[in-house]
Amino acid sequence: MIVIIGVLLGIGLIFNVLGTVSLYRFPDVYTRLHGTTKCTTFGSLFTSAAVVAYGLGRFFEGYEGRFVTLSLHVTVAILALLISNATGANAIARAAHRSGIMPMFAVVDRLAEDEKSRGGRVS
Amino acid sequence: MTSESLFAYSAVVLGLAAFVMLGRLIAGPTLADRAVALDAMNTLVVALMIVLSVLFDSVVMVDVAIVYAGLSFVGTMFIARYLEGSM
Repeated sequence: MIVIIGVLLGIGLIFNVLGTVSLYRFPDVYTRLHGTTKCTTFGSLFTSAAVVAYGLGRFFEGYEGRFVTLSLHVTVAILALLISNATGANAIARAAHRSGIMPMFAVVDRLAEDEKSRGGRVS
Repeated sequence: MTSESLFAYSAVVLGLAAFVMLGRLIAGPTLADRAVALDAMNTLVVALMIVLSVLFDSVVMVDVAIVYAGLSFVGTMFIARYLEGSM
């Protein structure tokens, strides 16, 4: 059990720390959003999966009900985290584009041209 | 080494990672950078609370983490609406 928990926690911590590094090493807001959202969502998924494995392992040692409760609640937390992170990142990227922030080294903005030719916002 | 000590070490690393993100929250050139840093910090705090629920042996902390994730999602959506200029 401890090997599984250690491997899951290791993967999760590596991804979380990489997400922190990407917040400092990327040049503009879109790449920072890409790096942090993907890495922290994936890393939090794995650290929470370690807690699920811990709860299931402790349950099969002594058949105590509260460890199953722990695993189920952490599963619900994982689902909430997955849905809310992806939606929030999408909203921030759309808001950044509409507030006029261009990606670094960008020369054309096809989305703005498309919206102008259609006479309105596409999405 | 027990599995609880593994969770303790990873809680320390998660807390440090969330604390280091505070630098981008303070120094971000645009408001969108600060929103990105705040969103990532909230995700790490949720992961930290889930890990700490093993150490403190309480399931209630996981429920608080679920509510915290929902509230941080609502806050992120409000900041995004404000950035779009539709508020």
